[in-house]
Amino acid sequence: MLELLRQPWPWYVAGPLIGLTVPALLLIGNKVLGISSSLRHMCAACLPANIPFLQYNWRAEMWNLFFVLGIGIGGFIGYRVLGHPDTIAISPETVRDLKAQMGLTDFSGLLPKELFALENLSNWKGWVFLVLGGFLVGFGTRYAGGCTSGHAISGLSNLQWVSLVAVIGFFVGGLLMTWVFYPLLF
Amino acid sequence: MKNLKYLGLGVLFGIILTKSEVVSWWRIQEMFRFQSFHMYGVIGSAIVVGLISIQLIKRNRLKTINGEEIRIADKQYSHGTWIGGIIFGLGWALTGACPGPMFAQLGSGVAGAAVLILAALAGTWTYSALRDKLPH
Repeated sequence: MLELLRQPWPWYVAGPLIGLTVPALLLIGNKVLGISSSLRHMCAACLPANIPFLQYNWRAEMWNLFFVLGIGIGGFIGYRVLGHPDTIAISPETVRDLKAQMGLTDFSGLLPKELFALENLSNWKGWVFLVLGGFLVGFGTRYAGGCTSGHAISGLSNLQWVSLVAVIGFFVGGLLMTWVFYPLLF
Repeated sequence: MKNLKYLGLGVLFGIILTKSEVVSWWRIQEMFRFQSFHMYGVIGSAIVVGLISIQLIKRNRLKTINGEEIRIADKQYSHGTWIGGIIFGLGWALTGACPGPMFAQLGSGVAGAAVLILAALAGTWTYSALRDKLPH
């Protein structure tokens, strides 16, 4: 059993479990799954700076911060305690393309160390991938009113056409970056 | 502590995100290059299960464990829905992480994830400050 838990989980196990998080949150406390809101609550708690959008009772949304803290602990348990293969078994075509187009050579870890190691903050790669990338995620999700969990999972599960617009936007942005901007960067 | 149940559910959610590798930059690249079904399978089956669950809750008028009526607010459209969506998508392909996975990555020991989260907080804060000047 433990050996089975150690292996990467297939999509048909993980996807339905993620889907069940939606009714679980509703049933235990009338909460709607959404994670990017936690970033707003953290801003409101730490640096509200008289910004109207950050003046609200963030303490009433404390559940969301507990949920996010849990995700961090879950990452530790999933990767460190249960253990995980060091190299993610992605498709050979992706490996080939990333080698050829981006010059990546080290395929170990959850993310490429050649782009995301802290030492990279001394060159443009760290600033683009870590700082600009993170900034766009924080800015864009709040502007769009949700992320993959709030719009793609919760929103589409509740047949919200607004969420469909958002998810199409996510993919337009992701495809533009992968197919248009990456070839310009490398 | 009424919030502990959310902590517990968050732990399970984090384990699922990590074990299914959706917290991995490699998997997101594979998805945007259409070279694997994995991510589409995860997101698609999550939506199907979520949709069936919400329909069951609505049709049977299920209540929460505390006996409250379950309400789900409708999402409100603004031009930000698609403009912000595209901006997030650009960042998603760069970082290979949406907000949830960033926290799971940090927990798994990826130091760079701390920078990602700080940068994402700076992004959310900047949006909040500029909100009145942006098209909605």
